[in-house]
Amino acid sequence: MKNPTGATIERFRARAAEEGLLDVAYATTDSPFGTLLLAQTRRGLVRVGLPNQDAEELLVDLADRISPRVLEAPAALDEVRRELDLYFEGKLDHFDLPLDWRLSSGFRQRVLRAINRIPYGQTRSYTEMAAKAGNERAVRAAGSACGSNPIPLVVPCHRVLRTSGALGGYGGGLPMKEGLLELEGVLGGRSGT
Amino acid sequence: MTALPPFQTVLDEHSAVVMAILQGAVGRDGAEDCFQETFLAALRAYPKLKDARNLRGWLLTIAHRKAIDHHRARGRNPVPVAEVAEVAVENGIPEPDEELWAAVGALPPKQRAAVALRYGSDLPHSEIGAALDCSPEAARRSLHEGLKRLRKELA
Repeated sequence: MKNPTGATIERFRARAAEEGLLDVAYATTDSPFGTLLLAQTRRGLVRVGLPNQDAEELLVDLADRISPRVLEAPAALDEVRRELDLYFEGKLDHFDLPLDWRLSSGFRQRVLRAINRIPYGQTRSYTEMAAKAGNERAVRAAGSACGSNPIPLVVPCHRVLRTSGALGGYGGGLPMKEGLLELEGVLGGRSGT
Repeated sequence: MTALPPFQTVLDEHSAVVMAILQGAVGRDGAEDCFQETFLAALRAYPKLKDARNLRGWLLTIAHRKAIDHHRARGRNPVPVAEVAEVAVENGIPEPDEELWAAVGALPPKQRAAVALRYGSDLPHSEIGAALDCSPEAARRSLHEGLKRLRKELA
């Protein structure tokens, strides 16, 4: 008795895509910080899972919140993977990818959209982000919007720091936040707490 | 209601079983097409599935229907046939269990499915019944008849 071959599964994926049945396509990719999970819908990139996050759990969550038609489809994520690779090599300072914002809403989404406009190699404070989203006093809410960012790296929540210049938090762990800021050349010997 | 797992999980966990039963039901050549049809039909219907508890039984029911469609499309009579299925040869070397598969392939559809599910997929009678849309007792009978025939065939 033989398992279906890779070619059989590949044909299935291709036909599912042709028929428009790929509601959520996902792939994993290597990064200097560990394995990332990338998921996209027909609208665009919807979720990036960081190395310290449980990929299995993220997929179950996507099945629950978007559609259970979740399939691994590496080819569908080629462009995302290409841009991320260039970014980690320091050769790309602006992602040009369609994004699907549906996993955030209201104030949080406004914060994340504001974060998405912070240029490469620059940082902003949580307070500034709260103000951009329309409520400068909602600093904590802005912080938790960063913390719940469904599309980290591409939506650069690592560029948001405390007003004091301290690092604040990061879903992927502080060493990763530090590493990203170093990569972008903005961490000039700052000691972070 | 149990939440539906990502379809990839369904594919990972059950594709081997589905391929096994299809190889038993329609032979190796037909199994590839039936496999595609089965999983595409499943993926189409998946978001509306009400109950996630017996995904394997659900898939095997679809596979069984696709196998019947396959036989109909070929204009073959889906009731007992004496003909021996074609022997598939890969790279000129026959598969060691080809004779057994040919004999299984020549069984009537229900017996064929029961044998494939029991020995190819290691399902208990209750699940074979669920997959074939009959009682566990009827599944047991189909299996018994199928085995009797195989023993005679291969003796």
